[in-house]
Amino acid sequence: MDTNFSAEDLAFRQQVEQFYDDNFDDDLVSRLLDRRQFRDAIIEWQQRLFRQGWVAPGWPEEYGGTGWTLTQKFIFEDVRASKGAPDVIPFGLIMVGPVIYTFGNDEQKERFLPRILNSEDWWCQGYSEPGAGSDLAALQTKAERDGDDYVVNGAKIWTTYAQYADWIFCLVRTSNEGKKQEGISFLLIDMKSPGITVNPIPTIDGVHSLNEVQFDNVRVPAANLIGEENKGWTYAKALLQHERTSIAGVGDSKKKLATIREQAGREQSNGAPMIEDPMFSARLAGIEIDLMALEYLELRSLASAADGKGPGTESSLLKLRGTEIRQALDELHMDLAGYYAGTELGEQLASELGHDFADRARNSYMYGRAATIFGGSNEVQRNITAKYVLGL
Amino acid sequence: MDFKLTDEQNILKDSVTKFVADRYELESRRGYLREENGFSADNWQQFAELGWLSVPFSEELGGFGGSAVDLMVLMEELGKGLVVEPYLATVLLFGGALAEGTNKELKTSVIPEIIEGNVQGALAFHERDSRFCMHDVATTAEKNANGYVLNGQKTVVYNGMAADKFIVSARTSGARRDESGVSLFIVDASSNGLSRAGFTMMDGQRVANVSLSDVSVSNDQLVSDLDDGLAVLNALSNNALVALAAEAQGAMQVLYESTVEYSKTREQFSVPIGSFQVLQHRMVDMFGACELHRSLLYRAVCSVDEDSANRDPVDVAKNLHALKTSVGRAGKQIGAESIQIHGGMGMTDELAVGHYVKRLMMINTCLGDADYHQRCFAALANA
Ligand SMILES: Cc1cc2nc3c(=O)[nH]c(=O)nc-3n(C[C@H](O)[C@H](O)[C@H](O)COP(=O)(O)OP(=O)(O)OC[C@H]3O[C@@H](n4cnc5c(N)ncnc54)[C@H](O)[C@@H]3O)c2cc1C
Repeated sequence: MDTNFSAEDLAFRQQVEQFYDDNFDDDLVSRLLDRRQFRDAIIEWQQRLFRQGWVAPGWPEEYGGTGWTLTQKFIFEDVRASKGAPDVIPFGLIMVGPVIYTFGNDEQKERFLPRILNSEDWWCQGYSEPGAGSDLAALQTKAERDGDDYVVNGAKIWTTYAQYADWIFCLVRTSNEGKKQEGISFLLIDMKSPGITVNPIPTIDGVHSLNEVQFDNVRVPAANLIGEENKGWTYAKALLQHERTSIAGVGDSKKKLATIREQAGREQSNGAPMIEDPMFSARLAGIEIDLMALEYLELRSLASAADGKGPGTESSLLKLRGTEIRQALDELHMDLAGYYAGTELGEQLASELGHDFADRARNSYMYGRAATIFGGSNEVQRNITAKYVLGL
Repeated sequence: MDFKLTDEQNILKDSVTKFVADRYELESRRGYLREENGFSADNWQQFAELGWLSVPFSEELGGFGGSAVDLMVLMEELGKGLVVEPYLATVLLFGGALAEGTNKELKTSVIPEIIEGNVQGALAFHERDSRFCMHDVATTAEKNANGYVLNGQKTVVYNGMAADKFIVSARTSGARRDESGVSLFIVDASSNGLSRAGFTMMDGQRVANVSLSDVSVSNDQLVSDLDDGLAVLNALSNNALVALAAEAQGAMQVLYESTVEYSKTREQFSVPIGSFQVLQHRMVDMFGACELHRSLLYRAVCSVDEDSANRDPVDVAKNLHALKTSVGRAGKQIGAESIQIHGGMGMTDELAVGHYVKRLMMINTCLGDADYHQRCFAALANA
């Protein structure tokens, strides 16, 4: 048992850091933070990663992955977060890409994978429906075969970034027979198809990310079906595993913790920095201890995955603790901002307000409430752990 | 021992409940927030007509001479309705400073105007680095032949954009964080040298950063005794704490009840989600937090309303610190659980849930957050 990095690993880390220093520049950072420029900026950033060959470390090399060792992947993620760089938009690169190269046919791989890698296509995820959230298998959006097409009717909800998307991957009902999981298919749908309407859903964080997507007699070529009809649930479950392991967010939480510590060295309370306030610093330390445990849980999970044991039973735990820690940090960050917390700057600048992080702390706190809801809510994760890990 | 409301208090309660039912649909509230100052001038006139603006002021000033219980009854119902009119800022902070202050002329001239609904006020006491310490005051008031000259920056001034008048804390002597040496001055918003910039908070309220640059004030604009402004700030903040805690009580009550209601109607896996034991237990804890908060609220108002012979100042102070600690802790717990149990719906702007959560978060930071008051409580309890 040891966790030392080899000389090659350290050299790799330097190489990654150098790449960030050269490519993740201030101009890009400010465009990423500006909601109006966010879409173009994140695409540009992903394309820089693509040109470097680093946009899909999780993919097999033959499809455009990096062929990195587990340790290298860990280092890459750690550097990304420590530089404050955003994760890639997951829907194409993390979610549907792996489904396509695992379950898709050659034609689909050729058609979709290159455009996912170079960020030409923006994807969104069409799973949830008004009546099918935690109970996803209850979904009702219907796809009926008509000649060479499927005709799709129904509605998806909570579709993140549907407003930017070129494509949506959907779970649709193709049969009402047998168990409800057995009548579901995995369909790729062009967002420009006639009959699709996207309605924004305003949210409590004030930034437009969620949408309702309606399908009214939308014709989808049968060639866009992944794998076999009525087997979509199996494919989606494989994908959910993927979604869950990357959700611990250790690197991002470490970065946020360091940011809070730095800011607490500046925020004043009765003439002393907040970091010297025993109650505040004890709360910060408490979260840091939780995060140290989570970090090693993640390393252990990665190591066992590298041994070919697959993302194991820890994956629910990673999501549970990862999101709870994130929320604890968000709460502490809000508290640090004192009565500035809760500012909604809109078009105004932080410099006009005279407080540099209050608005962002508010946004992160409010949006961050969703971290324990999406990707399988924390209640559902605990149910899964109780059943499959504890055998209850 | 009796925790029942009097007939008069029940009438007050009913009148606020009726107002909220008539005028505070979520859509109407959105409309008020879109108005210039983020609230409805019409509603404010209603407040005046219904006598609510007079509740905390003494009878000799034309007020109702209300007790802490009266104020609690009013604020709890306003909290249930998520009412946005600046009762706290104008009546309890600005008006409170006048009422607790020592300037008789100002009391008799300005307080009746507040009661009539003719004046909007704000208390400018926050500064960039003062956090919750009200005597950390860098704004200066320098004596000259005609009175004083004010210089400094006040931040996050509640109701600061609508205010016709401000009461400003400024240092007349001593070092920046000395308890003594703070004085309060009333200043017209139109004064030379005063400028303001508006910001919106997550609960929709408008606040202002107020800049004072050589603002001249006369001696009769002094609201407190010279150098003794802190006593006034402490006194008014005690009343305002009760009000905030009662408002929070109303908000928590609505959140917990509507979450229980939602869990009975929302079905997943072919059953109402309220049938899942894990959610049941968590809602029981929300209910518990609500009831325990109400208990601390009653404890505090009873001790505040005790007649002066029986009133123990340390006991009152501990009760108030405990109460405001609970506002933050219970508010966050109930807020977070409400969103969680509503699932994706809880994230929407369309539902009231998120708006109550935001208001609770803002109440937590107003006049000292939970950690701050817990620390104050510890200092008293360990003394
Ligand atoms: C910000 C955000 C982004 C999202 N992005 C997408 C997206 O891009 N694509 C997409 O398809 N979906 C997306 N979702 C949807 C998300 O996956 C669902 O919100 C989630 O599955 C929960 O479903 P629900 O909202 O219907 O809540 P419900 O299923 O109604 O759950 C309500 C509450 O009941 C609890 N509950 C449910 N079942 C049980 C049980 N058996 N035992 C105990 N408790 C239970 C839940 O944990 C929750 O607290 C997003 C959601 C959010 C909030």
